Amino acid sequence: MTQQKMKRDPGANTSAQDTVAVQLLRKHRNDVPVSGWRLLAKRLGPVGLISLGIIALVVLMAILAPVIAPYDPYEGSVTARHEAWSLAHLMGTDQSGRDILSRIIWGARTSLIGPTIVILVTAFLATTLALTAVWFGGRVDALISRMLDILFAFPNMLLAILAVAIFGPSLLTASIALAIGFTPYSARVIRSVALRERNLPYVASAQLQGISGFVITVRHILPNVRTQILTGMTINFGYAMIELAALSFLGLGVQPPTPDWGLMVSNGQASLQQGYWEQSIFAGLAIVITVAAFGYVGEQLGGRRASGRTR
Amino acid sequence: MTYVLKRLGALAAVLVVSSFIVFSGMYLAPGSPEQFLVQGRTVSPEVLASIRAQYGLDDPFLIRYWNWLMDVLQGDLGRSLLTQQDVSALVASRLPTTLFLAAFAAILITVLGVGLGVLAATRSGAFEKLVVFGSNLGFAVPTFFAALVLMFVFGSNLGWFPVSGSGEGFADRLWHLTLPAIALAFPGIAVVARITRTAVREEQGSEHVIMAIARGVPKQFVLWRHTIRNSMLPVTTVLGTNIAGLLASAFVIEYAFTLDGIGSLLVNSVQKKDFAVVQAIALIMVLAFGLINLIVDLLYAVIDPRVRLSKGAAAR
Repeated sequence: MTQQKMKRDPGANTSAQDTVAVQLLRKHRNDVPVSGWRLLAKRLGPVGLISLGIIALVVLMAILAPVIAPYDPYEGSVTARHEAWSLAHLMGTDQSGRDILSRIIWGARTSLIGPTIVILVTAFLATTLALTAVWFGGRVDALISRMLDILFAFPNMLLAILAVAIFGPSLLTASIALAIGFTPYSARVIRSVALRERNLPYVASAQLQGISGFVITVRHILPNVRTQILTGMTINFGYAMIELAALSFLGLGVQPPTPDWGLMVSNGQASLQQGYWEQSIFAGLAIVITVAAFGYVGEQLGGRRASGRTR
Repeated sequence: MTYVLKRLGALAAVLVVSSFIVFSGMYLAPGSPEQFLVQGRTVSPEVLASIRAQYGLDDPFLIRYWNWLMDVLQGDLGRSLLTQQDVSALVASRLPTTLFLAAFAAILITVLGVGLGVLAATRSGAFEKLVVFGSNLGFAVPTFFAALVLMFVFGSNLGWFPVSGSGEGFADRLWHLTLPAIALAFPGIAVVARITRTAVREEQGSEHVIMAIARGVPKQFVLWRHTIRNSMLPVTTVLGTNIAGLLASAFVIEYAFTLDGIGSLLVNSVQKKDFAVVQAIALIMVLAFGLINLIVDLLYAVIDPRVRLSKGAAAR
């Protein structure tokens, strides 16, 4: 491919004719820090930009729900049950005659709030634990690592279900429990990166100057693990969304009649058996598309293979 | 061998700590157990006292934990608060379905995930693109959604498979659990296929493989002996975490297909606040999760001799 391009463009140098400097530049062109939007766009690629667009669209949908939803998501009508899609109801109506499109638009709110809580709590817990472990090292590090090992022994979903069993079903309970389950995975990544940073000479010199450990950690180490934190948050968002939807599906998360995508898939199950596919399928597709978008963006940002994760 | 013992010891320690967490969690749950047992009926204080004595609720917390733990070690998981059934028997009667389902899904993930990944890596073109696209989208499909779609298409519409129940006997059970297993395995297949493809691709570009091809070693031999075998290490990790996760995600599928496994038992018990059953199943799941992770780590040593040699030093 490059060969053909070069033939058409006689002015271009082949790599053999390049000077060493040019070759070096070419080799390291990806290492040159380009900041801002162009870097972001380059990292993401076309599919990533589309994914980012989808995410923006879903977020806008959640914010503008009262404005753009054509119907009240709670109000049904007995005469309009199980209507197929039409111009009046673009996605049809559900078993209570409620407009499915409106419920999906409103459902974006609950479906986004849960994962947002999860990633914020996870990021906070994981960063605090990892940086504390790295700064103090030794016994503190060992203690925190043991704690995380024990958390690793609990599958995330089991942790969330236990929390729901204890504190009763609610979105907040499920989200926080899930966040605790996600913490060891994120903490491990952040710890390994922060550890490398901790051992750099500048940290030791800052310490010699008498700067406190807290300031060094927050002002110098934290900015250097920012990428890992943000990537983790983006990837976790997708997983959190799937697991919270699963909890709602089991009746242990968001409670009806609140519109929520996972709950809608569950509500539509009975209708699906009777052939009214709209509610389950559209709500399910909303989850799939959003999660795929977050997953792709997160992966491109991280620039590494998605690691296998337990559910 | 010392490594195995060390890991078993660590697993035992984790189990003790998690049993404590699970037990104290149930202890902290709002609402006192005897109130739950009488189900809102008004009863005389004497009856309440006798209930408290029967369940040992007046003992200090640590003594109750100790008694419970000793019972569990002897295989006595207590009685269901709701049905008074023996929890061990209840769980034992439900366990086969879950194990069958998880094993079925694990086989699907291994065969289809690795198979598709290797195929996608070795032949380019439309097939590869399809696998890459499918695996990018596949991990985003929640298992319960996959379950509903499969039920709708193959169960209700085509009528090829039953949509509920777990069947009797091996063949019938296989037939009943096919759709649930596919739904359960779906995200796993996607992730494993993707990792396998990347790993094999990376290995194909490595120097020893190029060298082997240059020396005229038969293509198939290079592929199987040098490329695929070497690329299986990252695949094993992902395969392991996915298979270990199956047990925990199985309860969503069991619930969707109304199978009588321990997952649906757990969900029902949570909904009805039957804490004895919840405790028991949680412990079993932590145990199973730990065992599978241990087995995966040991598999490393089988696959990669380098790990076997360095394990003594690396063991924690």
